Amino acid sequence: MAHKNAQPSRKDLESIAEKVLKFSDAEETEVDVGSSTDALTRFANNTIHQNVAEHTLGISVRAVVEGRTARATTNKTDDESLRRTVAAAMTLARNQPKNPDLLPLIGKQKYQKVSRFFSSTAGATPEDRARSVTRVCKMAHKAKQTAAGIFASGESRSVMANSRGLVAHYEQTRAEFSVTILEANSSGWTKANSPDIRKLDPEELAENAARTATISREPREIPAGRYTTILSPAAVLDLVGFLFYDFAATAVLDKRSCLTGRLGKKVFGDNITIWDDAYHPLQSGPPQDGEGVPRQRVLLVDKGVPKNLVYSRATAKKMKAKPTGHGFSLPNEYGEAPMNLVFSGGNKTTEEMIKTTERGILVTRLWYIREVDAYEKILTGMTRDGTFLIENGKIAGGVRNFRFNESVIEMLAKVDMMGIPVRAAGEESFEMVVPPMKVRDFHFSEVTKF
Amino acid sequence: MRDLANLAIETARRRGASYADVRVMDIRHRDISTKNGEVGTLAESESLGLGIRVIAGGAWGFSSTDRLTSEGVQACAAEAVAIAKASALAKRENVSLAPEKTHVDTWQNPFLKDPFRIPVETQIGLLLAADKEMRRVKGVTVAEGSMSFRRIEQLFVSSTGSSIHQVKMQSGAGIVATSFAGTEIQKRSYPNSFGGQHMLEGYELIESLDLVGNAGRIAEECVALHSAAQCPEGQQTVILGSSQLGLQIHESIGHPIELDRVLGMEANFAGMSFLTTEKLRTLKYGSDIVNVVADARLEHGPGLGTFGYDDEGVSAQCTPIITDGLFTGYLSSRETAASIGEKRSGGTVRCESWNRLPMIRMTNISIHPGTWKYDDLIADTDDAILMETNRSWSIDDKRYHFQFSTEIGWEIKGGKQGRMIKNPSYSGITTEFWNSCDAICSRDYWTLWGTPNCGKGQPQQVMGTGHGAAPARFRNIKVGVAFAK
Repeated sequence: MAHKNAQPSRKDLESIAEKVLKFSDAEETEVDVGSSTDALTRFANNTIHQNVAEHTLGISVRAVVEGRTARATTNKTDDESLRRTVAAAMTLARNQPKNPDLLPLIGKQKYQKVSRFFSSTAGATPEDRARSVTRVCKMAHKAKQTAAGIFASGESRSVMANSRGLVAHYEQTRAEFSVTILEANSSGWTKANSPDIRKLDPEELAENAARTATISREPREIPAGRYTTILSPAAVLDLVGFLFYDFAATAVLDKRSCLTGRLGKKVFGDNITIWDDAYHPLQSGPPQDGEGVPRQRVLLVDKGVPKNLVYSRATAKKMKAKPTGHGFSLPNEYGEAPMNLVFSGGNKTTEEMIKTTERGILVTRLWYIREVDAYEKILTGMTRDGTFLIENGKIAGGVRNFRFNESVIEMLAKVDMMGIPVRAAGEESFEMVVPPMKVRDFHFSEVTKF
Repeated sequence: MRDLANLAIETARRRGASYADVRVMDIRHRDISTKNGEVGTLAESESLGLGIRVIAGGAWGFSSTDRLTSEGVQACAAEAVAIAKASALAKRENVSLAPEKTHVDTWQNPFLKDPFRIPVETQIGLLLAADKEMRRVKGVTVAEGSMSFRRIEQLFVSSTGSSIHQVKMQSGAGIVATSFAGTEIQKRSYPNSFGGQHMLEGYELIESLDLVGNAGRIAEECVALHSAAQCPEGQQTVILGSSQLGLQIHESIGHPIELDRVLGMEANFAGMSFLTTEKLRTLKYGSDIVNVVADARLEHGPGLGTFGYDDEGVSAQCTPIITDGLFTGYLSSRETAASIGEKRSGGTVRCESWNRLPMIRMTNISIHPGTWKYDDLIADTDDAILMETNRSWSIDDKRYHFQFSTEIGWEIKGGKQGRMIKNPSYSGITTEFWNSCDAICSRDYWTLWGTPNCGKGQPQQVMGTGHGAAPARFRNIKVGVAFAK
């Protein structure tokens, strides 16, 4: 593809960063230069209906002037535009009150190496994606089913540099396949992503979704209520994903974290241990935060007890703690957050969970989850694309979708079984490493019409 | 830029495209936020690029680039054609588009004050003044304010001869007070939650909002919520404030009428719709007083769904969606209109930026005002809960079952507004809900709300939509289920 040659090299990005630093006469300057190429093949009704590609480059400049800071961003790389962007950041910075929490920029850092760039992914072509999608669509058509989904691949590269000599590089690839298989009154869904496209098997994923659609045919309505519920990793992810900002020290400082007053206390079950670990083999993302601080592994929850928070540099200073490498790019009002959650999980299979359930619900996917109560962490949402009744250790058939209203805090205190954690991909949260879970008394509050 | 757009079209044609359209977009943003007396975000950004959509071999391809040189644009157009040819591998039938006249035009929304020419210290000063008023109230733990401005200049050029230049100026602002006490976090926002009010206007919108004048009131309400009565559980009459009704329209009318959802194109992510095509002009969507339009024309108001032309070159229109309670129209594109036999697209296709494919998006989906004066509506209501300002929203993937909660509620007893209610919530089935509407307030109470954060598509695109609404009454609604034990 002609555009493959257009993806700037690490040297190209460095040279833009160097120019920006040279053009700036601010007291301190930080620059982020990032480029990405992304392509996505989208299919529905057993045919490709969208097929897109994009190539972007962004230069983001943060200037520090007399104890004040601001950011300006452009995608224009000519010298005049770079000078104008530097000037814009400086002008914005000047025209605001002094920031008492602003710290000097950090200097050179050492980063742990992560390897998240795969040429197999970067080299994927529209034809590669179209061929896989065509096979999936043909499978569905043959089975008198309808397939819809996406097959995406992309690469990105970035350089962060500042006037104190910090330089941080990062490059990664990403690939994702998601498929919904529809029948007249049922559906099934699977989704997976990885930096390495070879780890994705679209046909196997589509077969799983097709099986779910088949066995959930003719869903019956059963009453809402509290049920023992087996949640797929994707469903777990979309629920526990709502907890991530609660571990930000700024959220606790602002008293809007559900962990306010709960740190050090037994809140979840003994079987719940959560790390933030950017270096976990199933994780992705750079080894540094938005200020260039190296990311640390942080034990967030130890056997049910929230133990530690994550800190940006400014929040750490305010709370007399050490920065953990979780700060967002400055300036911002949110501080920091753990972006690489990893649950310790268990060793049970979903089949074992089903076998040991007398009466319960099996959930494939959750949808449109929103926070109802910020402190008790009550979330509402719907089930979707394959919800099943379990009776006497067996799947007894599909049921109509439920609305739930459930506290995630309470849910993590009543987990009876967990499986091996996997890199889960959902819709409400960024990817995390979470297990499937079997939960007691999950609260389904109403039923919809399908 | 026009030369580059034409070059992209020509390149696509030479490579075998039977149709091509190009959007060159130059987008400028300014974002400011404050928290507890300090500046949070202070940022400006600009983004200029080109996206080209083509039909080749009977299938779609799209590519985009910010490398705006002859070489970059030609490579981008060539890639779009190559992608279309790859799409054709899984083609079932050729893409067909409803006809549209050729348009050569310019359009710009009117505004009085360019927000990018207002000194940033003035804008920060206004937010910090509101912040100070909120923090005067004991019990407020976080005071926040935000402003955002967008200027979008775009050129649309198509292989059928259209050439449309548009400039849109968008402004928005809002404030939020949060209070933690005991085991409860309460929040009050003004003029609306999740970013405030946003319109296709200049800085005059921000000045008209009176953020400082309302800051103390919402802070006091926020703290008072801790000692308010809990929303009861049961079936009840509900009166929705206009911003909450705006979101109700967005979720339970605006999304289900998107024809791409109806036809299964969004099945994997955003979902489908209960509004299958046999329901058009047969389904009783709401009660006889419910009239809803999708109106992108400026005469409807400067909403986030207002424009001169959509992003596939179709001029702005008003489509009746619900007429005296009957379901009468979808939101359509040239492709989806053709697929259900409509003669013309409804003109609702937009893209977030130059690097995104245009798709069906809500324009201004608004309910017509009714006849009631607000005080008369309250006086006419014996027993109800008045719910204001959205706190959470959720609806199933076919848009049948919803649950909303609001920041604050008020008991209505014997025709009078009584005590404050905390944690109000209500739920229902879309058509049952709209058929239970028995009163809508008049034009004097109607506001065109802006929802700046509507997500749809893969890759996801965030778009602004408009929703005109006035307070309205609904009978026999399930309340309190969100907190039911």
